[in-house]
Amino acid sequence: MEDCSRVVEACKVDLVFETADGPVHALSEIDLEINKGDFISLIGPSGCGKTTLMRVIADLEKPTGGEIKINGMSPEEARLQRAYGYVFQSPALYPWRTVEGNLKLPLEIMGVKKAEQNKRAAEVLEMVDLTGFEKKFPWQLSGGMQQRVSIARALTFYPDLLLMDEPFGALDEIVRDQLNEHFHKLWEQTQKTVVFVTHSIPEAAYLSTKIVVMSPRPGKIIDVIDSPLPEKRTLDMRETQEFLDLSHRIREGLRAGHSYD
Amino acid sequence: MIKISEMNWFRNSSFVSITTVLAFTAIFWYAGAVYLNSAVLIDKYERHKVEWDFSKLVDDSWSMDRPIMPAPHQIILDLNKSIFQQKISSKRSLVYHGWVTISSTMVGFAMGAILGILLAVGIVHVSTLNKSVLPWIIASQTIPILAIAPMIIVVLGAIGVTGLLPKAIISAYLCFFPIAIGMVKGLRSPDPMHLDLMKTYNATKSQFFWKLRWPASTPFLFASFKVSIAISLVGAIVGELPAGARAGLGARLLTGSYYGQTVQIWSALIVASLVAGTLVLMMTVLERRVQKRMGVQL
Repeated sequence: MEDCSRVVEACKVDLVFETADGPVHALSEIDLEINKGDFISLIGPSGCGKTTLMRVIADLEKPTGGEIKINGMSPEEARLQRAYGYVFQSPALYPWRTVEGNLKLPLEIMGVKKAEQNKRAAEVLEMVDLTGFEKKFPWQLSGGMQQRVSIARALTFYPDLLLMDEPFGALDEIVRDQLNEHFHKLWEQTQKTVVFVTHSIPEAAYLSTKIVVMSPRPGKIIDVIDSPLPEKRTLDMRETQEFLDLSHRIREGLRAGHSYD
Repeated sequence: MIKISEMNWFRNSSFVSITTVLAFTAIFWYAGAVYLNSAVLIDKYERHKVEWDFSKLVDDSWSMDRPIMPAPHQIILDLNKSIFQQKISSKRSLVYHGWVTISSTMVGFAMGAILGILLAVGIVHVSTLNKSVLPWIIASQTIPILAIAPMIIVVLGAIGVTGLLPKAIISAYLCFFPIAIGMVKGLRSPDPMHLDLMKTYNATKSQFFWKLRWPASTPFLFASFKVSIAISLVGAIVGELPAGARAGLGARLLTGSYYGQTVQIWSALIVASLVAGTLVLMMTVLERRVQKRMGVQL
C-alpha cells in the first residue's frame, strides 16, 4: 500500500492576492491528489494559477482558504523538513559559484559533511550527463546545460518530491526534446514524485502519468487525465494514435477553459 | 618598411595619446606661467629701474622664488629635492608627510568601511532602521566637511585625543556614506528567485546573508570602495588643515600658503593626486582578483 500514500492532498484550496488594483482570485476551489511516484503535469494558459499552485505546495505562497497537506504535514512543516526540490523557470544558478559550488549549495546549508558533498555532487552531475564540467562557471555553459545543473542541484539532497516550474520553457525545441527524453529516464530510475508545470501539450503528454488541465480567472482545475500511455516512453511514441488522442483531449480541455472570455 | 602590426601598435597605444596631452598641458602651463607672473615682474623691474625685454621676462617668470604660478620644471625640481634628496624621516621630506596622510587615510577608510557595512546590514535587515537611520545618514553629508572638521579636531583635542585619530575620524565621516548607500543596494540586489531558492532549503538568516546577500553585493562594495578611498584621502588632508598640524600633506599645503611658497603647495598637490591615483589603482587590482575568483567574465 506504500504506493498509494498521498504526497500532496489539496482540498478546496483558495488563494486571493490583494493587489493595488483590487483582489485577484489566483486559485479557486482546487482539489488535487498526488500519489507517490506520480508524474503530474499542471498545464494551462498563462495566468491560470499553475505556478501559484506549485508555490502553494512549496510554501512560497500561503493559501487564503481550504486545506493542503504534503506527506500529511502542512506545507510549512514539509518545507522545514526539506521535503522537496524546486526547479525554477530559469536555472537560477549563483553566478559566483562553479557548477560544483552550485550543486553543493543546498548541502552546505543542510550541514552535510565535505566528503559526502563531493560524492553527491559527482553523483548528480553524472545523472544529468555533465561529468567534467565541475569547475566551469554558469556563464560558460549553454542554457540547456545550465538547466540540467539546476535539476541536478534539486536532486543533491535526495528529496522524494520534485517541483518543476516550466524548467524547459526557455529552451529551443531540439534541446527541449532531448531534455524531455533524458529527464523521463531519470524519473524512471529514481521513481520520484514530480509536479511539473508546463504550457506545452506534447511535453505534458510525453512526460506525465497524470495531466491536470487548468483554466484562468479564477485559476481552477477543469480536467484531470490519467495517461493511457505505457510507462516506458520514447520520443517516437509521439506519432502514435494514443498520443494524438491524449494531446487532443488536453487541447479540448484548454479550449473549454478559454470559452469563458 | 613598417609592419602593419607596428603601425597598429602606434595608433592604438595609449602612450601616444598620453604624450600628446602632456605636451599640450606643458605648453599652456609655461605660457600661463609667463602671463600670470609678468605683472609682478614688470612692477619689480620698474621699481628697480631694470632694463628688460621679453626674453628676460620669460626667463625670470619661470624661475621666481615665489611665483603666482610656478613652471612645471620648478615643481619637478622641488619634488626631486623633497622626495629623493631628503632622509624619509626628515620634516622636509614629502615621503614623510605623505606617509602621515596615507596612514590616517587608511585608518579612516577602514573605520568608514566597517561603519558603512554595518549600517547597511542593519538597514537591510531591520525595517525600523531603514526608516529612522537612512535620513540621518543623508543629512550627515549635507554638512560641509570644512565646517565640521575643525569641531571634531577641537572637541577631540579637548578630551586629549590628538594626532592620527581625529583625522581618521574625519575621513571615516566622509567615506562611510558611499559605502553604506552602495551596500544597501548591493545587499538588496539578489534575484527574487535566488531568495526563494534559499527559502526552499530552509536556510537560516545568517546563511541567507553569507551565501547569498554578501557575495551578490561585492560588485557594489568595490564600486563604493573606489569612491571612498579617494574621499578618505581628501578627509585626511582637510583634517590636517584647521588645527595647524605639523605633519602631513595638508600641513604642507597650509605652511606653503602661509609663507607664499607656491612651489611647495604644488608639490604637495601633485603628491596628493599621485597617492589618490595609487590608492584607487590598488583597489581596482584587488577588485579584479576577487572578480576572477568569483568567475566574473573579464
